Amino acid sequence: MSESKSSAAPRAAVGSVSKGRKTSMERRSFFSWLAVGWIAFVGVTGGFFTVIIRFLFPNVLFEPPQSFKIGYPEDFAPNSVDIRYKKEFNAWIVRDDESIFALSTVCTHLGCTPNWLATDNKFKCPCHGSGFRMTGIHFEGPAPRPLERFKIGIADDGQILVDKTKSYKWEKGEWENKDSSLKV
Amino acid sequence: MNLVAIKSAIDALSAPTISFTILTVIFPFIFPPSDWFEKIHRKTGLWRMWTKPGGLIGMILITAFFVIGYFDVYFNKTLTKADNFPIVLMIYSMWFLIWLGMYKAYRNDIRIEQGLKPEEYNDPDDKVLVWPDLVYIEFIALILFQVFLIVWSILVAAPIEEPANPAATPNPSKAPWYFLGLQEMLVYYDPWIAGVLLPTFIIVGLMAIPYLDINKKGDGYYSFKERRVGIFIFMYGWVVLWLFLIIIGTFFRGPNWNFFGPFEYWDTHKVEALTNVNLSEILWVKWLNQGLPSNILIRESLGFIVTGLYLFVLPVILAKTYLKDMLAAYGPTRFVTLMILGLVMLALPIKMYLRWIFNLQYIIAIPEWFLNI
Repeated sequence: MSESKSSAAPRAAVGSVSKGRKTSMERRSFFSWLAVGWIAFVGVTGGFFTVIIRFLFPNVLFEPPQSFKIGYPEDFAPNSVDIRYKKEFNAWIVRDDESIFALSTVCTHLGCTPNWLATDNKFKCPCHGSGFRMTGIHFEGPAPRPLERFKIGIADDGQILVDKTKSYKWEKGEWENKDSSLKV
Repeated sequence: MNLVAIKSAIDALSAPTISFTILTVIFPFIFPPSDWFEKIHRKTGLWRMWTKPGGLIGMILITAFFVIGYFDVYFNKTLTKADNFPIVLMIYSMWFLIWLGMYKAYRNDIRIEQGLKPEEYNDPDDKVLVWPDLVYIEFIALILFQVFLIVWSILVAAPIEEPANPAATPNPSKAPWYFLGLQEMLVYYDPWIAGVLLPTFIIVGLMAIPYLDINKKGDGYYSFKERRVGIFIFMYGWVVLWLFLIIIGTFFRGPNWNFFGPFEYWDTHKVEALTNVNLSEILWVKWLNQGLPSNILIRESLGFIVTGLYLFVLPVILAKTYLKDMLAAYGPTRFVTLMILGLVMLALPIKMYLRWIFNLQYIIAIPEWFLNI
């Protein structure tokens, strides 16, 4: 027993240091390799996430500008809804007896795009049947609040300028704001 | 009889106010939850629904409806739409499964009345191995289903529409068929309630059933009489408040999300003059003849009181009177959970009727806080 124990010396046992071997690693060099490995790891993951985050910010954004000119007040007939800007800018331009305003085309119930039904004189949402009057006030279906209005004003050249970065909510009394509609 | 007259009669009956009411009223006579309903269920012969001829007649009636519908100019358009094919399958399979369950339950009920053990006790109690017995059945079912899906996908083109265009929303815009019940709920409730709260309650409530149900009978065998109240409540929630809403959403909802009978022309300009009012407007403007108070909590006070009475006071009253025995049997925690789940479930038809009868939009309407009930 004792013989075999000594002859079967732990050749590859953990922690043994065999002097002549080149593969063995000094404590010092282990730390430097660890540093190299760690830097490589950080570099790769960092680069990876940098690329991913960069991907979220495309070079070209095919989005229409948030504020846009829609022509002169005379271009809009009284008591009419202009649906020309619906597709590109998600806004209806409405002119009633006394003012022009820009309504958001997002239904205040669940965000579908309602249709303007000229014969029925209302906006009607095809998803859950919410109905809005020409002014944007909700009156049927589940929508709990009126359509939002965008900031509207006159630009330097006399054209109407709609700014979608600012919207006005009726339920907060913001339609009283002079920028929410354009008196004509 | 005149087919046109039948069709217009079906159109008139299918208006949700009528069809939903009829279904709700006759439902306890189909799944009788008490002795009184049971008596009429027996007397009127409704129990025959759950016999073999009854099941067959159900299948024939459904088929007759679809055949007549197929040859109808307007219903053909809805029926043959590729999206709606699953609903046709669903109607058949649901009828078959409900019938099968009730058929077996009624046979067992008779045996139990005679003092016999349920039929399931006659099943051979030889051990059946998962492999190969069960796995083979599953494998064959899988192959058959694959064949069916392949044939379906070859015969019917996928209902893919033109590229999305924000300026032209499809009218009507329908959810996938399995979500049409949810979409129907959204007509009556705010998205927060119908889209988040109610689905959560449905899922949590279904998961909670095994913990809430303390009835030890009916374990391992079909029976109706031994758990009739539970079956009635579940069936009402599932068949009327889910499946029927899917059917309404599929066949009875047309342009602008208006109601149309199955044999009616989908007129985009169908006018349904409705003007919704909130409870606060009824209280302050109509009853008290004054403007809405500026303070939100005062404005919606009646809504808060009504909701509080419904959700919190009603269970207490029920616990002390009508459901006294239930509270004793189930204990307070189970009782409260069951009450809240049940009252939330019942809130859906209640809100539907409030909308249909009074044009009531919201009981509590605080769009400022996105809180609308």
